[in-house]
Amino acid sequence: MDLVTVWFILIAVLWIGYFVLDGFDMGVGMLLPVIGTDDLRRRVMINTIGPVWDGNEVWLLVAGGATFAAFPLWYATLFSGYYLALFVILLALILRGVAFEYRGKHDTAKWRANWDRAIVVGSVLPALLFGVAFGNIVGGSKIAPLEGAANPADAGSFNYVGSFFDLLNPFALVVGLMTLTVFATHGAIFLSLKTSGEIREASRKVALRIGLVAAVFAVAALLWSQAFSGRVAVTLPLSLVAAVLWLSALGMVMKGRDGWAFLLSAGTILLAVTSLFVGLFPNVMPSSIDAAYNLTVYNASSQSYTLTVMTIVAAIMTPIVLVYQGWTYWVFRKRISTSMIPPQPATGRADDRFATSAS
Amino acid sequence: MGALDLARWQFAITTVYHFLFVPLTLGTVWFVVGFQTAWVRTGKVKYLQLTKFFGKLFLINFALGVVTGIVQEFQFGMNWSEYSRYVGDVFGAPLAMEGLLAFFLESTFLGLWIFGWDRLPKKLHLATIWAAAVGTLLSAFFILAANAWMQHPVGYDVNPETGRAVLNDIGAVLFQNTSLIAFFHTISASFLVAGAGVAAIGAYFLMKDRQVEIFRPAVKAGAWVILAAAIVVSVTGDMDAKIMVQQQPMKMAAAEALYNTTDSAPFSILSVGDVAGTTATPVIEVPGLTSFMATGSFDGNVQGINDLQAEYTAKYGPGNYAPYVPVTYWGFRLMIGLGMLAALYALWALWRFRGDRRPKGKGFAIVSSLIVLGPLLGISAGWIFTEMGRQPWIVFGAQKTADAVSPLVTPLEVWISLIGFTLVYAALAVVELKLILKYIKAGAPEDVEEHPFDDSQDGSTKPLYFAY
Repeated sequence: MDLVTVWFILIAVLWIGYFVLDGFDMGVGMLLPVIGTDDLRRRVMINTIGPVWDGNEVWLLVAGGATFAAFPLWYATLFSGYYLALFVILLALILRGVAFEYRGKHDTAKWRANWDRAIVVGSVLPALLFGVAFGNIVGGSKIAPLEGAANPADAGSFNYVGSFFDLLNPFALVVGLMTLTVFATHGAIFLSLKTSGEIREASRKVALRIGLVAAVFAVAALLWSQAFSGRVAVTLPLSLVAAVLWLSALGMVMKGRDGWAFLLSAGTILLAVTSLFVGLFPNVMPSSIDAAYNLTVYNASSQSYTLTVMTIVAAIMTPIVLVYQGWTYWVFRKRISTSMIPPQPATGRADDRFATSAS
Repeated sequence: MGALDLARWQFAITTVYHFLFVPLTLGTVWFVVGFQTAWVRTGKVKYLQLTKFFGKLFLINFALGVVTGIVQEFQFGMNWSEYSRYVGDVFGAPLAMEGLLAFFLESTFLGLWIFGWDRLPKKLHLATIWAAAVGTLLSAFFILAANAWMQHPVGYDVNPETGRAVLNDIGAVLFQNTSLIAFFHTISASFLVAGAGVAAIGAYFLMKDRQVEIFRPAVKAGAWVILAAAIVVSVTGDMDAKIMVQQQPMKMAAAEALYNTTDSAPFSILSVGDVAGTTATPVIEVPGLTSFMATGSFDGNVQGINDLQAEYTAKYGPGNYAPYVPVTYWGFRLMIGLGMLAALYALWALWRFRGDRRPKGKGFAIVSSLIVLGPLLGISAGWIFTEMGRQPWIVFGAQKTADAVSPLVTPLEVWISLIGFTLVYAALAVVELKLILKYIKAGAPEDVEEHPFDDSQDGSTKPLYFAY
């Protein structure tokens, strides 16, 4: 296998890791007002992901960094082309990250309600927009050489020439609704695995309800994606198996087998994303204007020296990261219930000026 | 303003803001490591109290450092796509390594540290903060290597067909002297920033006569760290100046507003008039000091802006190759001046705290609270100097900033993101400052008790020791 293919697979793996892991963080975040009917329940929910969400988000950063290193022209065209969508994602991730850390740092209802809103917005928008972005990558977007480019045949001149609103096309929106609802369900299943008592029951109900909606969007998006797939013979079976796994996951939720349900919903995400990447290869950003303007693993990649260096680094580091991240999940494997949440941490003295100004 | 200027403003605002939290966390995490290690080794409760107190302040800063760092990594592609295309083969590698080696380490082990007080044995829990702290150093190393390559590109060729940079020696990129010196200079300056913070916070408690037994050692620790850091900062700064003269002589000339090539060039501490023109009048001058900083000899020859401009025009074609001199001139002075002021403060503090003494009255605390922002402003000024001093280049001698901007991102789009980031960052600054002040005033927790390691399985409903 040539190095560019290895790196295409590695980047797919990083995105799968990101969606499987931060997918349930986003799901938990967006369900805060649905399952978290009071502050204690919301705190249980937040604490199920508290120790791990930041490490999960790093999968996104590494996916970005790896794309920069291995496929600079993909990175440059994608990030500058989908500018406003990415800007919104970044603002959302900023709010979400700060909210987890700051929410409990001050003890008034208004303070917590504001950060709860930040967590919901910061979870819904990325879950939707990452799907929309992937829909545009897979479905093709308006890519063409820059006008007046010295060498228009060189992929270095290829840019996204569409507008922000071109990104909001029907296929991309369906993919976005798929990721939104799948992550919500995945989050609910994670909650049922990590909590006990009434929250666990509530999470299972929500998982089933949203899971059925997600099934509809997922089937629609994955079937539609076959129209853009380069190898339907592989991607169609992958998509069908993904659908079967999803329904099995919901079945396990009904049976109360939380661990299996979580593994199956993670497996669904893995197969669905794999199907999209397999259908995309060898393109990384196909052009909807002319196939001659497709960015591919061949014309968008770094040269072999860089890819070799990065392959060595990734081969050594990825297993190490997987081991210590896996160990973290083992350390925090205990289910959490409302009775285990300690009182809000002490938040300062009576003469604290901040307390008076914010309450 | 066009898209280029807007993108530069956005990069400047988001980067300077991000870099307020970076040196604070880079330095503070090692205070937390030090206090917790001292607690584990001695069992003295005051060290645990200090660990928790500074740990909380560290986390409040770290949260903002992390989220604003995400913007940094994506902004290269968003606003500087021509740069990303040109340098990706080289510049992407250290960035990806930073993610794989550093970001995972920091984030994962910090999660373990925050929530793991009763979930991990005492020494293993201590190891998690060490791992996170090592992660912050690795992160600094890779990103500074990437920046050093923009200051002094090495280990690459330009592909004649595509006109893009191609990496051929990763060792040269990571370990060139520009990179190593920048690493030690930045890390030691970060310790200076954190040391000033720790000393000032301690001084506040001593002034209020609160928790004196806990915070007196903190002031001394802060002052010693400032002093040690200041020595490393000066030595590495001196080395940096000497390689800057070889690698980016224009930046050194602009730092001194030296227009004409001079033997035995003086260093002016202040100037009046227009340093951007030729009418600047130095007020206080130290003879030969610029020559000494640049060459190690008081009568060394230092090239001036005008000669370098002529040389670069001949080499790179017509254009203006001088940075905006007022920014480099004053940035350079602020950096050095504020750093030296902090070192003097540390000497004074150590004198006042010699033996078992401690200063009475408010004077020491007032001075400390005035000094505390100095190193932070100084380190910002230093980076503004080094980045502005590289202009008009984004990669020195290889790509100009004007050629690096995303060609099709419209001014309207950049206005939207520029205003959006600025407003959100400003609001978060207010929130973070209030939280920091609130948690400083709350003091070190009095009710710290050791929570023995308890790794009980499902079924245990013992309250969590720590929860958000």
